[in-house]
Amino acid sequence: MTGRVKGRTSLSRATLREFVDVHRSTSILLGMALVGVLLPLIALVPPFNIFQNQSVWVSGFSNAGVFVLLALGLNIVVGLAGLLDLGYAAFFAIGAYAYAYGASPFSGQHFPFIVLLVVGALVAATFGVLLGAPTLRLRGDYLAIVTLGFGEIVPIVFLNADKYTNGTNGIGGVYKPDIPFVEFTLLNPWPFYVLMLVLVTIVMILIYRLTESRIGRAWMAIREDELAAASNGLNTVTTKLMAFALGASTAGFAGAFNASSLTSVDPGQFLSTVSFTILAMVVLGGMGNIWGVALGAFVIYTVQIVFLKQLNTFFEGLPFHVPVLSDVNFVQYQFLLYGLALVLMMLFRPEGLFPSQRRKQELHAADAADTESSAKATMEEAL
Amino acid sequence: MTAETITSGAPGPAGQDGATGDVLLRLDDVHTYYGQIHALKGVTIEVNRGEVVTLIGANGAGKTTTLKTVCGLLHPRQGTVTFDGQDVSKTAAHNLVKAGIGHAPEGRRIFSRLTVLENLQMGGFTRPPEEIDEDVERIMTLFPRLKERTYQQGGTLSGGEQQMLAIGRAMMSRPRLLLLDEPSLGLAPILIQVVFETIKEINAAGTTILLVEQNALQALNIAHRGYVLQTGNVVLTGDAAELREDETVRKAYLGEI
Repeated sequence: MTGRVKGRTSLSRATLREFVDVHRSTSILLGMALVGVLLPLIALVPPFNIFQNQSVWVSGFSNAGVFVLLALGLNIVVGLAGLLDLGYAAFFAIGAYAYAYGASPFSGQHFPFIVLLVVGALVAATFGVLLGAPTLRLRGDYLAIVTLGFGEIVPIVFLNADKYTNGTNGIGGVYKPDIPFVEFTLLNPWPFYVLMLVLVTIVMILIYRLTESRIGRAWMAIREDELAAASNGLNTVTTKLMAFALGASTAGFAGAFNASSLTSVDPGQFLSTVSFTILAMVVLGGMGNIWGVALGAFVIYTVQIVFLKQLNTFFEGLPFHVPVLSDVNFVQYQFLLYGLALVLMMLFRPEGLFPSQRRKQELHAADAADTESSAKATMEEAL
Repeated sequence: MTAETITSGAPGPAGQDGATGDVLLRLDDVHTYYGQIHALKGVTIEVNRGEVVTLIGANGAGKTTTLKTVCGLLHPRQGTVTFDGQDVSKTAAHNLVKAGIGHAPEGRRIFSRLTVLENLQMGGFTRPPEEIDEDVERIMTLFPRLKERTYQQGGTLSGGEQQMLAIGRAMMSRPRLLLLDEPSLGLAPILIQVVFETIKEINAAGTTILLVEQNALQALNIAHRGYVLQTGNVVLTGDAAELREDETVRKAYLGEI
């Protein structure tokens, strides 16, 4: 009986896998549609409905979508091309400010939302190229240091260029998205939620197609061995630059959406902690695998925004005082928790929670190779 | 320092089988540096179309540096590299692959996390995509072992298979000149034979080969001509057969006393 059931599930699994392999873009589309329908429903089910009501959840989901976009973009740079970018939030900031200039009373402009999404992405990509062109010749650690610096400099520039950015206060009253027949108000989270789903789906499909293309393989080759990639006729500088620019443009895209949904931008939204959070999302989710990275971003964001806050409320609401736990503001300890999670992850599951098949193999290939070679050695000895 | 030529009369492979006598690659008084370190001190080498030419010499003689200078990973500070009549001294590595120079680098450097098939496809990066499958097929006929391992990750192959993959990958760009850097490094003697046999086959099929080897005897067995490098200079050059008989070469590189 159990055998039959097992056989059936493995069969349907095989069919599913086959379908996913053949219709890749379609399966992303279907997967996202499913996620889009399920998430609001889950918010109605205990224990989730105890924490907060559905519309707060849905609004949180669309904010989580911003981080999903960011993690997908950083995954191109770090996960695929193997370039460590520690200042990724800078491009997020550039996209957000680009949107704010294009649609706010501060600048007196009001361009259409869709146009500004693209503009945000393009402006961020331009800065990606400007930063990348001189620095991508550097090797690993140096690139990390330069990007770290860039990530610090950009918010500081926005902070100090008072005349152009309104300094600490940032730019307020940024216009919400304007899409025909849909009304975006701060009280109704649903249009933002649906819009976010659409944007994430589009970006996922685009990135997926890229990774499966020639350029995707070129990125992996560079991550593996730059010299060998060059001696195979690959222009390593432009290939890396392309990864950098595409990563930056995804961040710019996310920034533009974020500005429109929060209706304000200020330098405090783009500190280096944001860069590290996104990097943690990519690593924890499973570098290289877009579903893994997306899920990692979603889970981490939700834990950070909902779960940690709920822990505080929970302990505050108790009729008695729990030593330590009642006095701790858990939200303040989120980076401690990331740190712990990362350390545990590297120890027990270095490929991430939802690794790409490839990375799982490569991290466990070493063991396999060891056994194989030792087996060979024994065989040779026997002979 | 001028190189001593063993052959009386003109240097070059006149009369060698497989060599047609017109120059495909020429290094003219090439000086290459690593920062302050003067690695090549005026190397002059010629490779004719259809030949197998080998560079032999001890560690640090400049063999690998010469190959890297040819394939564009390093550029000469002085002197010229001419490939097929064009000065390529300052040409970037990826453009030289398009021009027809294939390079199997020292230590194999295959993409260990990509499969054998993907490694080969990467080798054909400069080729039109629709012709890649056909070329993969061709390489797998040349190295049947690779065919058995098509979907295996490069890093899980044995040393010999990795070397075959490195050579196969370099051949994917359909090079006119193939640069091989220490193909016998770390291989079991029986595999060295296989690899050298294949190198001969590749040459017989029309690809010119510049081969760097520490295993001088093996290299001289399949080469038409050879150059002996010592501390960045060419100290000796001549037909492979004559180099094999040369007393200095025998003493220094062939392990005879």
